[in-house]
Amino acid sequence: MLKAVILIGGPQKGTRFRPLSFEVPKPLFPVAGVPMLQHHIEACAKVPNMKEILLVGFYQPNEELTRFLSNAQQEFKISIRYLQEYAALGTGGGIYHFRDQIVSGSPEAFFVLNADVCSEFPLPEMLSFQKEHGEPNSFVILGTTANRKQSMNYGCIVENEETSEVMHYVEKPSTFVSDIINCVGGPPPVRGDAIRLEQDIFTALAGQGKLYVYKTLSFWSQIKSAGSAIYASRLYLNQYHKTHPERLASNKEGGPKISGNVYIHPTANIDPTAVLGPNVSIGTGVTIGAGVRVRESIILHGATLQDHSCVLNCIVGWDSTIGKWARVEGTPSDPNPNDPYAKIDSETLFRDGKLTPSITILGCNVTIPSEVIILNSIVLPHKDLNRSFKNQIIL
Amino acid sequence: MDEDDDDDDDDDDDDDDDDDEDDEDGLTCDLVSPQLGIRISLSHEREPLGTAGPLALARELLTVDNEPFFVLNSDVICDFPFQEMLLFHQNHKKEGTIVVTRVEEPSKYGVVVFETDGGRIHRFVEKPQVFVSNKINAGMYIFNPSMLSRIQLRPTSIEKEIFPVMAEEGQLYAMELQGFWMDIGQPKDFLTGMCMYLQSLRQQAPERLRMGPGFLGNVLVDPTAQIGENCTIGPNVTIGAGVVLEDGVRIKRCTVLKGARVRSHSWLESCIVGWSSSVGQWVRMENVTVLGEDVIVNDELYLNGANVLPHKSINDSVPEPRIIM
Repeated sequence: MLKAVILIGGPQKGTRFRPLSFEVPKPLFPVAGVPMLQHHIEACAKVPNMKEILLVGFYQPNEELTRFLSNAQQEFKISIRYLQEYAALGTGGGIYHFRDQIVSGSPEAFFVLNADVCSEFPLPEMLSFQKEHGEPNSFVILGTTANRKQSMNYGCIVENEETSEVMHYVEKPSTFVSDIINCVGGPPPVRGDAIRLEQDIFTALAGQGKLYVYKTLSFWSQIKSAGSAIYASRLYLNQYHKTHPERLASNKEGGPKISGNVYIHPTANIDPTAVLGPNVSIGTGVTIGAGVRVRESIILHGATLQDHSCVLNCIVGWDSTIGKWARVEGTPSDPNPNDPYAKIDSETLFRDGKLTPSITILGCNVTIPSEVIILNSIVLPHKDLNRSFKNQIIL
Repeated sequence: MDEDDDDDDDDDDDDDDDDDEDDEDGLTCDLVSPQLGIRISLSHEREPLGTAGPLALARELLTVDNEPFFVLNSDVICDFPFQEMLLFHQNHKKEGTIVVTRVEEPSKYGVVVFETDGGRIHRFVEKPQVFVSNKINAGMYIFNPSMLSRIQLRPTSIEKEIFPVMAEEGQLYAMELQGFWMDIGQPKDFLTGMCMYLQSLRQQAPERLRMGPGFLGNVLVDPTAQIGENCTIGPNVTIGAGVVLEDGVRIKRCTVLKGARVRSHSWLESCIVGWSSSVGQWVRMENVTVLGEDVIVNDELYLNGANVLPHKSINDSVPEPRIIM
C-alpha cells in the first residue's frame, strides 16, 4: 500500500501570502475554485493503492482545517490525518518526528509533497519510474527544468543522464549548478531540532546510488505570494479540461460571456451582461452586476462587484464590495511566456524604495467606493476606502 | 485671422462659396455667411506678425469707414458683452478700450493699472512680483481706426509696443468684465472654461441643456448624438455631433468631439476626446487625458493624463501622465 505526506507548514511560514493568510490558512486558500490542498489530495487519491494521506504542519487545529479534512475524507474515501508538529521542525524534521505514523502498516513507499506548490502531480509515473530505476530503497525526487538565471533560486539537481541518478544536489547555489530543480519546495529557516530534507538529506544522498530524479515536463510552480496564486489558478484551470471539465464554465443562454478558462461556483449570481475570463475563479455566493469585466482574477466568497466595474489581475477578498464603475487593477508577475522554462519570480515587496507593481489584493470585508481606481495596491481587511489609491499598502 | 464679432458657440458648417484668391499676404478669402448675415474675410499672414502686425496687414478691411472695430483673441471664452463694450468705448471717446478681468493669481499674467473711476489706463506691469493689481488684459479690445497708424507692418507686440504709448497719451481705457472669463489655450484650462461656459448657459438659456434621468448638472448634447442605456452623463459635459455613447458609460467634466465613440462601461473624467476617436469598453480615462483626431483606445485600458497625438492606436495603459506620439 502507499501513503502520502503533505507538508503544510504553519502560520509563521507563508507571510508573503498576507493579507489573504489572515483569514484562512494558506493551504486552504482557493486556487482554481478549490482549496490549494485539495489539488494535492485529488492527485493522491487517484493513485491506485493509496491508503492514507498525512498532513504534517504546525498550524493549531482550527475549524476550517478540521472541516476541510472531514469533507475530504468523506469525498475521497481515504484516511486523511493531520499531524501537528510541536514546533517548526523543517521539511525533514516533521517526517522524522512522525516516522512511526508514516511507516505503520508497512507501506511500500510514501510520497512527500509540499503544500505550497501547484503541479500536475505525476505520482503514478514517479512510482513506475522508481520501480524501473535503482534499488527498492532508493528515493525519487521530482525535477523540472528552470532557466539558468532562476535555477539558482531553487534546489539544483545534477543528473546522470543515463541512470537518472542524482549525482549532486545543492540548495539555492550562488553560482549556476544545474537547470534541473527540485519540485518538493523550499526549506524553512533552521531551528534547533529541525532537519532539512533538501540540505541535510538530499545533499548527503546525492552520488551514493540512493537518489534518483524523475524529470517532468508537466506544469509546476511555487505558490509563495498572492500573485502566484493567480498564476497557479491559470495552470489548474487549464488542467481541468482533462481532469475536471465540469468545473469549467461555458457560454450559456442567459449567462455571462465566458472567455477562456473560468470557474464559477453554482451559488454565484452573475448578470448576463458581465464578461468573465480568461483565468477567473468566482467563489460561493458572489454577486456580479451588469456590465462587469473580470479578467485574471480570483473573486472570493461573498464578494459583490457592482455594475460596470472592472477587475483585472486582482484577488478580491471575502465579502468585499466593489462599487459601480470602479477599476481595481494589479500588475501580473507572470514568468516570461516566451521562455518555456521560466518560473514565477518571488519578487520582493519593495524595489528602490517603491512598492513593486504587483497583483492588487483586497483583504476580507473591504469596500471600494464607486468610480475610483485601485491600482497595484494591497488593502488590509475591513477597510472602507473613500478615494483612489495607486501603488500603496493601505492599512 | 478672423476679425468679426459673431458668437462662437456653434460649430456649424457654413454653407458658403469660397472665393480663394492667390497666396499673397493679405486678403485670401471673402464671403458672406447666409446663416449669420455677415461678411467674413480672411487675412492671411505669410510670416507671424505678432499681436499688432496683423491689424496693419488688414488695414484696408478695417478702414472701410470710420467706425471702431473689435479685436478678439481667439483662445478666450466669456460672455462677449459686445454692446457693453461699444457703449463704454463711445462714452470715453478715446482711441482704445481694453477689456480686463479679475483673476486670483495676477502674477502669472500682465496686469493693468487703471483709474477705478472712468477706467483710464495708467500703465501695464508684466508678471508683477508684488501685488499691483488683480486685473489682467482679457484679450478683447475696441479701437478707432486711427490707431492703425501706430502700427507698422512688421512683427509687433501690441502689449509691449503699442499699448504703453497709447496709455501714456491717455488714449487707452479699461472696461471690467463682469461675467466669467478663461484663457482656454491649454487643455486643462479648456475644460475649466467649458465648465464656466456651461454654467453661464444654465443661467442664460437653460433650455439648451440636456436634463432628465441619467444626466447630472450642466450637460450639452448635440441632437444627432446617440446615448445608450444606463449611462450617467455629467456634470459639465459637452457631446458633439454624431457622437455615440454605448451602454453603461459614465462621463464627467469632458468634451467629446464630433463623430467620436465611447464604448460600453467606460469611465471618463476631465478628458477631451478628439474627432472620430474611439474609446474601447471598460476604459478608464482621467486627469486631462486628451485624444487627438482619430485615436483608438483599446478595451480595458487605463489612461491617466495621456496626451495622444492624432491617428494613434493605444494598446497599453498609461498610468502616469505623458505624451504619446
